[in-house]
Amino acid sequence: MTEVTTTEHEVYEAITDTPPCYLREPEEELTPIDYPRYKSSVLRHPKQPLIYLPQNITEITGPQLGSSILTGHFDNDLTRQHAGEPLGERITLTGRVFDTEGKPLRSTLVEIWQANASGRYLHKWDRWPAPLDPNFSGAGRCITDDDGRYSFVTIKPGPYPWGNHYNAWRPAHIHFSLLGRAFAQRLVTQMYFPADPLFPYDPIFQAVPDEAARQRMVSRFAPQESVPDWALAYEWDIYLRGPGATPFEEAL
Amino acid sequence: MIYGTTPSQTVGPYFAIGLPWPEGPLAVTPDAPGAITITGVVYDGAGEVVHDSLVEIWGADPEGRFADLWGYGGASSVAGFRGFARYAKEDGDGTYELITLKPGAVTLPSGVVLAPHLDVHVFARGMLRHVDTRIYFADEATANAADPILSSVPQERRETLIATATDNGYRFDIHLQGSGETVFFAL
Repeated sequence: MTEVTTTEHEVYEAITDTPPCYLREPEEELTPIDYPRYKSSVLRHPKQPLIYLPQNITEITGPQLGSSILTGHFDNDLTRQHAGEPLGERITLTGRVFDTEGKPLRSTLVEIWQANASGRYLHKWDRWPAPLDPNFSGAGRCITDDDGRYSFVTIKPGPYPWGNHYNAWRPAHIHFSLLGRAFAQRLVTQMYFPADPLFPYDPIFQAVPDEAARQRMVSRFAPQESVPDWALAYEWDIYLRGPGATPFEEAL
Repeated sequence: MIYGTTPSQTVGPYFAIGLPWPEGPLAVTPDAPGAITITGVVYDGAGEVVHDSLVEIWGADPEGRFADLWGYGGASSVAGFRGFARYAKEDGDGTYELITLKPGAVTLPSGVVLAPHLDVHVFARGMLRHVDTRIYFADEATANAADPILSSVPQERRETLIATATDNGYRFDIHLQGSGETVFFAL
């Protein structure tokens, strides 16, 4: 197992940056765990009330996987992981990871996975009859820099049908997984593209109760960042929970 | 200015494209002295196995110290101990298997002692947001009885948080809903 090395200076900085507890959003602002329009949620959510867990050391610490899990082979360029180039619309996708106070999270792992340009995933359970692309796996990893910035090159995924209801189609999206700095900051979500006409029909997107919150899952087209004769650019910033307001109430 | 958090969305059925890595299921090297296997099955509300589930654990080393490089608690001094493991198999059968060291009790700065435990995230297709639970250990009855978190759980549900001993570690099944529903926490 590769050891992650961190200088004493970095550890000191981290101590001063790391809050003693994390924000608790009101339940009604969170994506619901029970949302019958998304049929497979029906049997896959607890019905008993969640029990309050004061955040203590197990919750405010977390793994920093860092570069130890990168392969070193175009981890963040999904268009160069194979002998040839994938089909589809090449895009750059960058953004910054912040906490809710606007502080950037540096050296944090960002993991993505996605369908190819035809909307097909390289997964044995995906039966949608669209072609696989021998030059596209659809997985990427990146560690944020000192400004909290991540950066990927990929192709724009296609929409695809699914079995939730008659004529159901998922809007094009890229899956994101973030560890943040603490168990309490963990986030798995999906990033969407601007003005997708499928938004009103997608129960997964619509499950988020607040329109402004839904828009926080949508990337923006960034014409000024687009590279002439090569790729269009999209930008998307991610906000993980920041310091909580009441650390003394959390302490045991 | 306080910004709104980015909302959670389901991990979906195809997470195995992006989330595994070779050492993912190993919170410690498997040949480390004291390495144990934590295994269990994830069930839905109909008692069916959740094939496309993803389980992550995070916990302390046998001294009660974390492999936390951000500086909290004094880093674990156990070589090769990462404290974090993820089970994310492409063709899963709903049984997860993770290797770690049995955590020790954790003493908080206030002097409060937490019984040995692992924090657990559970994700799956159908779950719009992950749920969090904890693994405690059946052979720590005295520590468990004094643990402030376990004590906050209604008595009749506490056993859903207790892993039982196996030949090479512990078994901890997760019931997302229904009969024997596992206790999940808000944190």
